[in-house]
Amino acid sequence: MDKEYQIQGTRMKFWMPKEVDHHKAAALRDQLDRLIEMHQIRELILDFSETEFMDSSGIGVIIGRTKTIGFYGGKVEAVNLSAQVKKICCASGLHRLINIREVAENDG
Amino acid sequence: MTDKKTNHMHLYFDARSVNEGFARMVVSAFLTEMNPTLEELSDVKTAVSEAVTNAIVHGYSTEAQQVELICDRNEDELTVTVSDRGVGIADIPAAMQPFYTTKPEQERTGMGFAFMEAFMDEVRVESVPGEGTRVTMKKCIGRENGR
Repeated sequence: MDKEYQIQGTRMKFWMPKEVDHHKAAALRDQLDRLIEMHQIRELILDFSETEFMDSSGIGVIIGRTKTIGFYGGKVEAVNLSAQVKKICCASGLHRLINIREVAENDG
Repeated sequence: MTDKKTNHMHLYFDARSVNEGFARMVVSAFLTEMNPTLEELSDVKTAVSEAVTNAIVHGYSTEAQQVELICDRNEDELTVTVSDRGVGIADIPAAMQPFYTTKPEQERTGMGFAFMEAFMDEVRVESVPGEGTRVTMKKCIGRENGR
């Protein structure tokens, strides 16, 4: 089974899919919202180690979830970004909204 | 003396979101012959994804339509043209403004044209309301290799 997410308390690490485009965006958004609501997630770590491609549709999904979690006083982080994903995060200004790091802290 | 390096590709596909990845793959394959850097390949894929997504999201209200994708190589220059016969754009300068979107409820960011402009050398948009939109993008490939 693919690793999809790990939840510890109100902290969730979520592995983003291989491609994050408009085709994948709606299902991804629904899945994240369901998990955030069900487990009252306040700290969301998006792991891009499996992601080879993302476009502005993916940026939209991240901004949307950042708003939801931010509303509850939580935070979103992105880790393990490829060069392409990092480039569009910077081009979109997303790096000013969320914390982007090479590797997540507290990772075993 | 070698022949002028040119190539041409013309493709129609259904305006369905599943074809966004297909369009990226086709353009990547076309581009391979031009020996792009990894960054150039990523840039072109991102721009194509934005243009094709626009054609599918904004071009049509139903899925019963087709998107036209054309790739042209002229020496080191790649030209990609993405056309739809959808609703068209009444105010092109407004549509090209960053964060302008007609579909905020779908979390469209309005960054599509900004990304195309950031990742390609030249982007031209032609549109007639009610008839469709054509986006033409150019990029010089291999410049980063010093060729």
